Amino acid sequence: MRPSIHSLAGTDLSCIRDDRVLFEQLAFELVAGQVLLLEGKNGSGKTSLLRILCGFREPDAGALHWCGDAVKDSQFYAQMAYVGHLDGIKKELTVLENLKMSLALSSVGHYSIDQALNKVHLTGYDDILVQALSAGQKRRLSLARLLITENVLWILDEPFTSLDKQGIALIETLMAEHCANGGMIVLTSHHDIDLPGVDVQRINLS
Amino acid sequence: MSLSRAFFAVIRRDLVLALRRRSEIANPLLFFILVITLFPLGIGAQPHLLQAIAPGIIWVSALLAAMLSLDSLFRSDFDDGSLEQLLLSPHPTSVLVLAKIIAHWLVTGLPLLIVAPLLAVFLGMPNHALGILLLTLLLGTPVLSLIGAIGVALTVGLRRGGMILSLLVLPLYVPVLIFAGNAVQMAGTGLPVDAQINILIAILLMALVLAPLPVAAALKMSVN
Repeated sequence: MRPSIHSLAGTDLSCIRDDRVLFEQLAFELVAGQVLLLEGKNGSGKTSLLRILCGFREPDAGALHWCGDAVKDSQFYAQMAYVGHLDGIKKELTVLENLKMSLALSSVGHYSIDQALNKVHLTGYDDILVQALSAGQKRRLSLARLLITENVLWILDEPFTSLDKQGIALIETLMAEHCANGGMIVLTSHHDIDLPGVDVQRINLS
Repeated sequence: MSLSRAFFAVIRRDLVLALRRRSEIANPLLFFILVITLFPLGIGAQPHLLQAIAPGIIWVSALLAAMLSLDSLFRSDFDDGSLEQLLLSPHPTSVLVLAKIIAHWLVTGLPLLIVAPLLAVFLGMPNHALGILLLTLLLGTPVLSLIGAIGVALTVGLRRGGMILSLLVLPLYVPVLIFAGNAVQMAGTGLPVDAQINILIAILLMALVLAPLPVAAALKMSVN
């Protein structure tokens, strides 16, 4: 069990895109064990907010703090993992090669590669080229990356895209488990998420 | 978590990828060979003229072949999201980017070195200049990859960055072309070429140290 001292706080965040204000003076605070669900119409800035959290975009105003320190001066990048619209996996590589690469870029986490593949129901696919996988399997593979690397914060952009009912239930179980272990999650989703026993904060951006 | 492990993992991954999509290796190499073989056909039976301009032909072709191969450096990573994951790694981006550039050079630059002596003989270059030609290519082509990476990193987010890329990068290739071409030319006439080689080494070392930083910064800007 990790110590539950981790926290992510945003103050006064705003994002302006092409002269259009997507959100202004947004503030939130997330502590270990919590989930932050971003809701809103298409184009309301959910993905922009996630990309600001990842550091791909600078917020037009405001600041982000990880465990009380500004994100740049903290261990933030060693403790976060992001799964976005793009899977971030190479279709010419095998399942195993992809996961090994993610592991090399980060540090070893909770589960071994075999355990993680078992968890996302991809056991036996180790040597299959990713281009032979279905869209849902690819999604499960990119989520397996969250399990094998060391991280506290998951940032997920529409994690349920192209997953079937079973897949969604599976990811929800993994998310609940992650929170129970002192992790935290920021995600956007069009689906209603069902996480029993987890403290879910909601921000509606529209 | 070790930086050297990440560095070599990136190199190995890119080499495996290149092996699985072979056209990436073959394209610049074929282009290099084709352009050089077209010159004798275009110029006709004038061996002395051909011999005189051989260093220039080989170097200009190497330059264009390097340009042609640049786009593949970050394109697929950008398209499938691997680039985002690379940038989110706790390791310094510039080091990981250097690994990618080295892998790219091994795949696109090194093959040119292997065929260049054959093509040089084909153009009638004197034998004693071959060593210097190889040396200039060995020192110069990594510089082309390093400088080119800055241009690609800046333009990878644009849909049609090809034209801008050549405008950005080709002027920066000129010093390499001048010193390398001149060295091979002088070696052909038996003059000492230490000065040019030293300058090429200096350019290479400077590019090795300085290029990865702007590449990392430009990539961060491009994924925005």
